[in-house]
Amino acid sequence: MEKQRYNISVFTENTIGILNRLTIIFTRRHINIDSITASETELKDVYRYTIVLRETELQVRKVVAQLEKQVDVLKAFYHCDTDIVYQELALMKVRMDENRMTELEQIIRRHNARLLSVSPAYAVFELTGHEEAINHIVADLDTFDLLEFARSGRVAVTKPMKTLEAFINELV
Amino acid sequence: METQRITGAEAVMKCLQSENISTIFGYPGGAIMPIYDALYDYQETIRHILVRHEQGAVHAAQGFARAGGHTGVVFATSGPGATNLITGLADALIDSTPLVCITGQVASHLLGTDAFQETDVIGISMPVTKWNIQVTRAEDIASALAKAFYIAASGRPGPVLVDITKDAQFGLTDFHYEPCTEIRSYRPVPVPDVELLAEAAALINNAQKPYLLVGQGILLSQAEERLLQFAEKTGIPVASTLLGLGAFPADHSLYVGYLGMHGNYAPNLLTNECDVLIAVGMRFDDRVTGDVSRYAKQAKVIHIDIDASELNKIIPATVAVHADANRALELLFDLVNENQHGQWLQQFRDLEAVERAEVIEPAVFPDREKLNMARVVNELSTWNKQHQDLIVVTDVGQHQMITSRYFSYLNARTNITSGGLGTMGFALPAAIGASLARPDKTVVAIIGDGGFQMTIQELGTILQHGLSVKIIILNNHFLGMVRQWQQLFFDRRYSFTEIVNPDFVTIVSGYRIPAQQVDAGHAFSQALETLLRTEGSAFLECVVEREENVFPMIETGASVAEIRLN
Ligand SMILES: Cc1ncc(C[n+]2csc(CCOP(=O)(O)OP(=O)(O)O)c2C)c(N)n1
Repeated sequence: MEKQRYNISVFTENTIGILNRLTIIFTRRHINIDSITASETELKDVYRYTIVLRETELQVRKVVAQLEKQVDVLKAFYHCDTDIVYQELALMKVRMDENRMTELEQIIRRHNARLLSVSPAYAVFELTGHEEAINHIVADLDTFDLLEFARSGRVAVTKPMKTLEAFINELV
Repeated sequence: METQRITGAEAVMKCLQSENISTIFGYPGGAIMPIYDALYDYQETIRHILVRHEQGAVHAAQGFARAGGHTGVVFATSGPGATNLITGLADALIDSTPLVCITGQVASHLLGTDAFQETDVIGISMPVTKWNIQVTRAEDIASALAKAFYIAASGRPGPVLVDITKDAQFGLTDFHYEPCTEIRSYRPVPVPDVELLAEAAALINNAQKPYLLVGQGILLSQAEERLLQFAEKTGIPVASTLLGLGAFPADHSLYVGYLGMHGNYAPNLLTNECDVLIAVGMRFDDRVTGDVSRYAKQAKVIHIDIDASELNKIIPATVAVHADANRALELLFDLVNENQHGQWLQQFRDLEAVERAEVIEPAVFPDREKLNMARVVNELSTWNKQHQDLIVVTDVGQHQMITSRYFSYLNARTNITSGGLGTMGFALPAAIGASLARPDKTVVAIIGDGGFQMTIQELGTILQHGLSVKIIILNNHFLGMVRQWQQLFFDRRYSFTEIVNPDFVTIVSGYRIPAQQVDAGHAFSQALETLLRTEGSAFLECVVEREENVFPMIETGASVAEIRLN
C-alpha cells in the first residue's frame, strides 16, 4: 500500500495530558507527524486536533482506532486532502529595502498576501493558503532578506455534512 | 444530600469502601502518609497487605484481580515508589487486568520544581495505563476515583493510576460518593451489529472445518458457559491462547489444545487447514500467529473483540464483530445450526497422537531418574484432576511453557501468568494476590530459579501476613528459556545464562516457610504430596535437568504450519 497524505481529526475532552496520550500513539509506531494544530470546536469543552501525516491507509486506520480507544477521545476520523477544506497561515518578516519596495509590493499582491505591519526596518505580511502557495511566496522572496518566517499547521474542516454534535449525541 | 467534611485522605478510604474494596496492596512513604494515616482507622474493614517492593504490590493486585474477578488496588508513594509500579502497570495493560493504583505526590505548589521524591508519574505512566489523572484538590478525589474504578473494570479492563498531591490529601472537603456509570467520550460496551453476526453465523453454518480460538476475553466477559454451549451446539473444536487457558475445560471432548510458539502440535498446524476461523476475545499475538503472512490464509476469519482497535490490527477479518464476547456468543448461539465435525476433529486427534508419542510421553514419563519439568507439572495436574482445587500461577520462561502444556486447566481463573509482557518475577507476588482473592483454593506458584530471585523478597509478605502459597521452584541452574534459544539459534554460546544460586531451602526457611528440596524422580511424588498437604505456605525446590528444551516450537519467523516437534 502506498503512502499518501492523510488528515486525522481527533475530538477530545479538554483534559490535561491528552495531547501527550495522542502523540505517544504516533511515536510508538515511528510515524512522523507533519503538522498538528489544536483548538476548541463549535462545542464548548470539545477540542479538535488536526494531524497531518504521510502514511499508508492501513496504518492510518490502525492509528485512528488507537486514538479513538483513548478514554478522553470522543471521536477520530481520517480524510484525504480531497475530502476536506483546509488552510495554513504563514507570517513573513522581511527587511525593508528602499530600492525594491515596488518589487515587494508586487509579490504581495500577486500572492494575495496581506500586509500586517510596516516599519522603516521591516515589513510583516501574512499569507493564508495551501502549503504549496506558501512555498511559492517564500521562493519568490528568495532574493529578499527574510528575517523571520513562521507557518502554522493545517486547520481543516471536513466536507461530509454530518456535524460533530450529531456524532457526540450518538455517544451518549 | 448527606455530606460531611473530611480530609482528602479519608475521602480516599471512603471511596474504597463505597467500591467494596476489601484488599489493598501497598507500601508507604512520605507523599502518601496522610492516606496511610487515614487507613489506620479503617483496618477493621479494609485489609492492607504490606509488600516488600512496589512491583510486588502491582503483581499481587493483578493476581488478586485475575483470580477473583475484582479490581485490584495499590498504594504507593511518590518518586521511587511510583516508578517501581511501572513494570506491573505495563504487564496489567497488555494483559487487560483491572487495577486502580493510587500514588502520593508532592504538594501541588512543588509540582515541576524537582522537589524531593517528585517524579512526573503521570507522564511516565501514560503509555502503560488505560487512563491516569493527577488530583490536586481534596474535593476532586471522589470523582477521580469513581471514574478510575469505572474505567479500570469496564470494556477491555486495564490499569488506571490516580496521583494525589499531599495537599489534596490533607485538604478538607465535603464528601459524597457517586459511582461513575458513564463517560461521554468512552463507550465500553459496544452494541453488536446483528447483520455482522448473521454473516458470521452463515459462515459458521456453511463451514466444513470451523475452528474456535479463544482468549482471555472469554474469562473477562464471563462467557465460559456460553462458549461451552456454543461449542457443543456447533461441534466446533476449541483451542486456547496462553491467557485463555481455563476458559474452556481441557478435558472436554472438543478441546484440542494450547496455541502458540510452544503450544500443541495439532492446534497450531491445523490453523492453516480450517476453513472458518472464529477468534473470540483474543488478539492474534505474534506468539500465536508466527509469520502472519502465512497465517490461516485459506480461512475466512471471524474476529470478535470488545476492543475495536484489535479488529483488523494483525489478521484481516472477513467479519469483524466489535462486541463483548459473552453477548456475541449469546446472540450467535441462536443463529447457528446444531452440527458435528467428527472427521475434522479426528484430524486433531491424529496429530495429537503424534505429539503424544513423540513429545508428551517421553516428557512426562521419562526413563531417567533425574527429575524433569514436565513430570513435575504432570503430577501436579494429576492431583488437580482428583481435587480440582488448584490455581496455578506461573512466572516466565521454560517452566511457564511446560506448565501451560502439561497442566490441564479445568476451571476458569485457575491459570494466572504474565502473557503479553512476559515479566519475570510476576509469579510469587501474583500468587500472593490470588491466595487472598480465593482462600478456598490452593494456590501453587511455579517459578524458575531466575525469576524467583527477581521478587524473592515477597517471601517477607507471606511471612508477615501468614499467607498460604505453595511455591515450586524448577531449578535448572540456567535462565533456561534464553539458554534454549542460545542452544538452538546462537550456536550453543551460553552467554550469561548459567546462574549460580543460593541455597533456596535455607533462604526460604529463614522466612519460616517449610521448605524441601528434591532431585530424584522416585522421591518427587511424596515431596509434592507433602507440599500440597502442608497447612499454610510451603516450598519445594525441584532440581531438574539442566538442559531440557521445550518442544514443540514455532521458530521466530516460521509459520504455524512449520511447528517442529524436536
Ligand atoms: C524481567 C525480565 N527480564 C528478562 C527476561 C528475559 N527472559 C525470558 S525467559 C528468561 C529465563 C528465565 O529463567 P528462569 O526464571 O530460571 O526460568 P526457566 O526458563 O529456566 O524455566 C529470561 C531471562 C524477562 N522475560 N523478564
